[in-house]
Amino acid sequence: MEDQELESGIVKKFIYVNRKAPHGTIYAHEALEVVLIAAAFEQDVSLAFIDDGVYQLKKGQNTDGIATKNFTKTFGALEMYDVEKLYVEKESLEERGLSEDDLSVDVEVLASSELKKLFNESEVFFNF
Amino acid sequence: MKFGVLINEGPYQHQASDTAYKFIEAAIEEGHEIFRVFFYHDGVNNGTRLATPPQDDRHIPNRWTELAEKHEIDLVLCVAAAQRRGMVDEDEMKRNSKDANNIAGKFRISGLGQLIEAGIQADRMITFGD
Repeated sequence: MEDQELESGIVKKFIYVNRKAPHGTIYAHEALEVVLIAAAFEQDVSLAFIDDGVYQLKKGQNTDGIATKNFTKTFGALEMYDVEKLYVEKESLEERGLSEDDLSVDVEVLASSELKKLFNESEVFFNF
Repeated sequence: MKFGVLINEGPYQHQASDTAYKFIEAAIEEGHEIFRVFFYHDGVNNGTRLATPPQDDRHIPNRWTELAEKHEIDLVLCVAAAQRRGMVDEDEMKRNSKDANNIAGKFRISGLGQLIEAGIQADRMITFGD
């Protein structure tokens, strides 16, 4: 059955919008698990990071003190899964005093208005 | 239209499951089709058959099962999220050597691929949660 699904022949524009801080709740961690599984389906995948979601990509995270798995390291492996379109909202970065240099992976920084266009062009919208 | 539904919050704690239920009822009444309802994050807790809410309150897991029976709706709990939170069917019970299972009637446990498939096959994917 899994094979059948993978070979549906339909390719849609998926966007995963990450809005929440990486730690404190499990949303961000489990959202990344969805992206990794989804990579096997050979869809057109984009990830967007807005609001506190931009913290998910912050360099040098260490979760030893809260005894959770530092899943944010996995963002660095997304390229191996052919997930290469990562977008970060400019305004969200600026509001938090962050710049592209603070991020652990290569991203494209987009203004809110440009992101809106990207969202409108997407066919399957997952919001975490 | 064919809808895929994602529910990301547990029962009672959050309105997401109630709103999704009402949405699905209304969609079916209007002649739409529900391809699948996928439960993720704490949403998997909607699938417990061990809940005993007060008698004057709605029974959320039973209500899902009744709706699924009536309209043949596919109710899927994400296996990874379910394992973390102790939602167990008979297969999972055996596989992980547990002494009990707790999944309600019409729910089944499967992989995240089922969510992606819903995204591919449905005309619209709708998320209920925070």
